[in-house]
Amino acid sequence: MNALAIRNLTKTYKGFKLDNISFELPKGCIMGLIGENGAGKTTTIKLILDTIKRDSGTIEVLGEDNRKNFKEKKEDIGVVLDEAYFPEGFTAKNVNTVMKNTYKRWDQELFCDYLNRFSLPRDKAFKDFSRGMKMKLAIAVALSHNAKLLILDEATSGLDPIARDEILGIINEYTRDEDNSVLISSHIVSDLEKICDYIAFLHKGKLVFCEEKDVLLERYGILKCSKSDFAAIAPDAIKGKRENSYCVEALVERAEIPTGFSVEKASIEDIILYLAREVTKQ
Amino acid sequence: MKILDIIISNSSNQPIYDQIYSQVKSMIISGKLKEGDPLPSIRNLAKDLRISVITTKRAYDELERDGFIYTVAGKGCFVAEKNVELIREENLKKIEEYMQKIAELAALCNISNDELVEMFRILIREDE
Repeated sequence: MNALAIRNLTKTYKGFKLDNISFELPKGCIMGLIGENGAGKTTTIKLILDTIKRDSGTIEVLGEDNRKNFKEKKEDIGVVLDEAYFPEGFTAKNVNTVMKNTYKRWDQELFCDYLNRFSLPRDKAFKDFSRGMKMKLAIAVALSHNAKLLILDEATSGLDPIARDEILGIINEYTRDEDNSVLISSHIVSDLEKICDYIAFLHKGKLVFCEEKDVLLERYGILKCSKSDFAAIAPDAIKGKRENSYCVEALVERAEIPTGFSVEKASIEDIILYLAREVTKQ
Repeated sequence: MKILDIIISNSSNQPIYDQIYSQVKSMIISGKLKEGDPLPSIRNLAKDLRISVITTKRAYDELERDGFIYTVAGKGCFVAEKNVELIREENLKKIEEYMQKIAELAALCNISNDELVEMFRILIREDE
C-alpha cells in the first residue's frame, strides 16, 4: 500500500504553477522532497494537508482521498512545519493538556518520554525556548499521537548539525515500524541523503524526478576528463556539464561510459545541481 | 543472534546492496554464519546501518536467489544449507578473475604463455 499517492496535481498562483506532479510514497519508507526556495515544496505539502484547494489531480493519503473524512484522517498524520506555533506562555505541560483533549490516541507517556529524550523542560514558557527546542517540542507532539504518516516541512533548517542529526535519528527510529512512513522536505540535501529511501526533486514547480536514492547513486557518476576525450562520449550519456579552459566535468550515466574512463561517485547534491541547470537551460 | 560485522562504505563505488550481499555471502562461505542461523530482519538491519530499506531488501533478495539464505514467512531469513557446489562455483569464478588479471599483466610486460605456465609450476612446487 502507498502512504501517499499523488497524481497529476496542479495548482496555479499568480507567477507560480505547481505543474502536473505525480509521485507515490510506499508504506514504511522515507521520502525526501528537495527543491530550492519557491520550488513548490510547501505548496505540495499544503495540498496534501488540504489546507489549500487544488486546481486538478488526485491525492490519496493512507489509501483514501484526502478530501474524504479528512478530519478523522488527521489523527493518523503528524505534521511539523518550519515554525512551531504554540501560545507564548505555554509550557510543555500545557501542551500535553491541550493535546490530550485534541487527539483521540494521545499517548502521554510517550510524550513525556520524548521530552526526556530531547531534554526539554516541563515548566519553561514556549517564548523562552531556543529554535532547536521549539522544533523538538513540535516533533515530540507530532510523534505522540500514534501517527502513521509524518510530514515535516523544513523542520531541520536553521538548526545546528547536532540537533539536526538527533532529529534524523528520531525519524530513522520511527520508521523501524513498517507501518510508519515519512515525507520530509528540506533544502539541506545532505540531511535527506542520510535517511531517505526515495528522493523527489521539485524545480520551479515541476517534478524533475522521483527515484530511489540508491538507484540515483548507482546510475549517475561524475566524469572528469580532457576536452578531447570528452568528445568521444555519447551525447545521450551526458546529463549535465561544466567546462573550463583546462577540462570538463560532467554528470553522466555510468552504464553508457566506455571502460577506461574514471567515473567518480556523485552525491545527491551533485545530481540535483547538474540536473537543475539543464532544466533551466531548456 | 550472532553479531555480524557489516561495514558500509559511502565513498566506495560498489553499490550498497552489493556491499551487504558480498559481506554476508563471505560470512556464510567462511563458516562464520552457519546453516539455520537467523539473519537480522531487513528493516532492523537497514535502520541500524542507517541505509535504505529498499536497498537492504535487494541484497536479501539476491542472497536468496543465489541460494545462500531462505525466508520463512512471518519468522524472517535464515542461512541455507551450505551448498558445496555453489561455493565451488563461486571460487572457480574468483580463480578465473585472478587469472584474467595475470594474463593482462603478462601481456603488458611481454611474458609469453609458456613462461607464465613455467612460473606457476615453480610456484606450486615451492609450496609443496
